[in-house]
Amino acid sequence: MLYIPCPHCGLRNETEFHYGAEAGVAYPDPNALADSEWAKYLHIRANPKGWLAERWVHFAGCGRWFNLWRNTVTHEIGPAYLPFTEQPKAPGNIGQEGPKA
Amino acid sequence: MSEISFIFDDNICKGQQGEPMAAALLRSGLLSITNSTYHSRPRGVIGLGVEEPNALVQLVSGTQESMRPATIIEVAEGLNARSLTGIGALPELPDEARYDKTNRYVDTLVIGAGVAGLKAADKAIQAGYQVLLIDDQPGPGGHLRHLGTGLPVALRDVLTNNKLTYVPRCTAVGLYDQNYIVAVERRSDHLGGAAPAGRARIRVWHIRTDRVVLAPGAFQRPLIFANNDRPGIMLSHAAATYVAIHGVQIFKRAVVVTVDNQGHRDALRLHQAGVPVQAIYDVRPAAGGASVDAAKAAGIPIRFRTTILDTVSNEEGTLQSVIIQDLDTNEIVETTADLLAVSGGWTPIADLATHIGIKPKWSEEHAAFLVHHGTDQLQTAGMLAGDFGGDDDPAVFFGPALDDEQARHAYIDLQRDATLHELRRAVGAGLHSIEHIKRYTTIGTSHDQGKTSGMLTIGALCQLNINSQGGNSGLSPADVGTLSFRPPYVPVPFAALAGRERGPLSDPIRITPVHQWHVEAGAIFEDVGQWKRPWYFPKQGESMEDAVRRECMAAREGVAVMDASTLGKIDIQGPDAAVFLDRIYTNMFSTLPEGQCRYGLMCKADGIAFDDGVTTRLGKNHFLMTTTTGGAAGVLAWLEEWLQTEWPDLKVYCTSVTEHISTIALVGPNSRQLLQELVKDIDLSKTAFPFMHSRMATIDDIRVRIARISFSGELAFEINVAWGHARYIWERLWTLGRPYDLTAYGTETMHVLRAEKGYIIIGQDTDGTQTPYDLNMSWVVSKKKEFIGKRSFRLPYLQATARPQLVGLLPENGEEVIPEGAYITELNAHPDEHGKTSHTGFVTSSYYSPTLGRAFALALVADGLNRMGEEVAVPIGKKVLHATICDSVFIDKENIRRD
Ligand SMILES: [Zn+2]
Repeated sequence: MLYIPCPHCGLRNETEFHYGAEAGVAYPDPNALADSEWAKYLHIRANPKGWLAERWVHFAGCGRWFNLWRNTVTHEIGPAYLPFTEQPKAPGNIGQEGPKA
Repeated sequence: MSEISFIFDDNICKGQQGEPMAAALLRSGLLSITNSTYHSRPRGVIGLGVEEPNALVQLVSGTQESMRPATIIEVAEGLNARSLTGIGALPELPDEARYDKTNRYVDTLVIGAGVAGLKAADKAIQAGYQVLLIDDQPGPGGHLRHLGTGLPVALRDVLTNNKLTYVPRCTAVGLYDQNYIVAVERRSDHLGGAAPAGRARIRVWHIRTDRVVLAPGAFQRPLIFANNDRPGIMLSHAAATYVAIHGVQIFKRAVVVTVDNQGHRDALRLHQAGVPVQAIYDVRPAAGGASVDAAKAAGIPIRFRTTILDTVSNEEGTLQSVIIQDLDTNEIVETTADLLAVSGGWTPIADLATHIGIKPKWSEEHAAFLVHHGTDQLQTAGMLAGDFGGDDDPAVFFGPALDDEQARHAYIDLQRDATLHELRRAVGAGLHSIEHIKRYTTIGTSHDQGKTSGMLTIGALCQLNINSQGGNSGLSPADVGTLSFRPPYVPVPFAALAGRERGPLSDPIRITPVHQWHVEAGAIFEDVGQWKRPWYFPKQGESMEDAVRRECMAAREGVAVMDASTLGKIDIQGPDAAVFLDRIYTNMFSTLPEGQCRYGLMCKADGIAFDDGVTTRLGKNHFLMTTTTGGAAGVLAWLEEWLQTEWPDLKVYCTSVTEHISTIALVGPNSRQLLQELVKDIDLSKTAFPFMHSRMATIDDIRVRIARISFSGELAFEINVAWGHARYIWERLWTLGRPYDLTAYGTETMHVLRAEKGYIIIGQDTDGTQTPYDLNMSWVVSKKKEFIGKRSFRLPYLQATARPQLVGLLPENGEEVIPEGAYITELNAHPDEHGKTSHTGFVTSSYYSPTLGRAFALALVADGLNRMGEEVAVPIGKKVLHATICDSVFIDKENIRRD
């Protein structure tokens, strides 16, 4: 079970959190996008092997959303940071996308 | 220690308090404990602990737990057990024992209280850490317990250090990310009848620690040879321990076969305990060391470059003699023996390390897979880290070359009765990966999860490769690789995992403030999420059908009351609240005047409807949103996600007030008159209080907010009141309502009433793929503003024709209520060549309407909105019902009744 550093509450068990996929995907201007671009926003998120900045919400604690570096292979946890703040450096090599089908 | 009696297979046995049951059974001469599961061959004890694959028993006493190895059951007063042939049985009685759990944080956790674990604990204490030491044995010392030697003084002192907590009988069953360990402590079985009342039988430990030291020790390996499963064949360390420590005196002539010095050590122990050892057969060309010298000095013959090929049994099926092969000359000799002690090397217990993905590495020098791991967070110690004690030079050897006939009786997995023959067949079928071979042969899939058979499989695969290549191709276990283990390390009873969260405590129960009234009124309840909601209120002798018809008619023709307190309620405040709601709902809320209510529908960004409800504007910057009962938490999370992660500039605060405000719905043509008797300070008339308006009022001295909202199509009032006053208001209504024949109704009637009006329930009339358009609700979609999901409506697949759309359905036979979920097909649909008939939709809601006097339904039908009046088929088993597609509003299309 992951041990996740909530920026507000400190280290808590994974079961207190919900996952929100890749961080930093802003809500686009929907009308500026072609159908394919809009569909990409809706359904496509990075899921690389290695370090990935992710969104998490401490739903069973403070209820706040935050971002977190996590290694999707080793499950190592990196720094957490608040939305709309500067992203800290990745703790290691940023994960590479797998081969596209 | 005191001698006590226990029962095994209905016989009274004698044993020492606390000793392994297997020891007592062996001492009584019970060599053959059970028959194997598939081949029905007699089997006896081979091991010392959880690795035991044969001697499984079912407890008759206590909890009647099944599949417990007799090697780890401690003899206690009142113990009663029965032998098993591999497959256990669930107890017939409920498990009345108590189970609990504990959460711990500790600086350092040491797993294994053997010498290595105690040393690691000592080191951590010296470094200033608090240490938790857990071990699956009843006492500390690891293998020293089997040797009967006490702990060295220095290690004994570790145990009494006040920085150490030592927990015996506590087995770590899983190691997870960031040093999260789950362990299972057995607390009362070993005390038998003397266990204190109320003590938890098993405690599950959830441990988080900064540093974990894995010092789990090792299992001794058997060897693969023909008929290697006969009672009388044991692991040498187990045999020597049962004989030397537990006083098992049933063996007259022993033979030891070994690949390492452990066999020599155990031979000496057997010899010293009075069991004549005919010879030690050692596969190695030569060996030295203190143990070899000691065995030699004791006069035990040692034959190098020899091993065992086969065994012979007596009439009872137990061991009678062994067939020994000279590995250089292939010469064969037969030797009489009633005990064959086998030492095939050690397999360090790598289970926990592999749980988090650590790959053990093969060490030729140790003839074992080891885990050398040393980080600040996790270390290995003892045999797992390669500390085998120095005096050894084990051979990499898993068994002699066997012909096909011998291979059929050469067992790899004793519990599965899986043989070398089956392994060869798997390889012959083209399987290479050990994980595939495991699944093909079932090796390692039984109760013991391959604790002894896993390494044998790897060894046999190396050997197969050597044989097929016609010589030593150099394939080593490192090339085959290890099996990955998954938690739990040993079987854990579900009751232990459930702990106290059983029965009524398995999930929180949420009740409304009027709940007790419902109970006293004889309501039948239904679970809606965690809520208990009245389903219907049967009168004496009434069926559900009768009650629902009566309740429906009361709401349509008189007056009826429902407890709607479970509705999700979110208080939304802030200068940007109206802007925010415009973005969240498909329809406009910024234009809603204060004191008025509006139905709203919300979609996810993909355009799919996901919740709905009525929201009231309480002030310029203040709204009260209601959600579906089940959707409340999800909607609040949704609102928060947008506010926090996309629109932090919006000044809006959302607060769940579901359990602050209770809602009572008063429904029916007489509702106005009844309520006006209770409410003196405002005029409830149609003109003074229009539909979808909300007013503050007073009932007795209690402030309430009344809204003209209708989920039935009837004239209706929703009375919102502070949670604690709801029961009072309800009872006042009930008393005053007597002359009106006020009728309480439940969720079933609510469903019928709303369905008659074509009001949807998201999640029942939708399957997570419907847009507002699919639900025939284009009226709720604003053309004037942006909102979440709007862009998606233009996507081609949401524009496609023949999408399932919500329609009404009238069955041809008005007395027949179609089952909900039933598939709808075209009238002329025929099964294809596979016997499958393609469907065109399904029934989402279906009831009998007392108002219509017939059955009716709502359904999702492909292109349904363009197919009004068409007939479709509904196959139910062998029967095919016919039904006509119609508008989803069945009564009062003109909305006259609600006023
Ligand atoms: Zn938090």
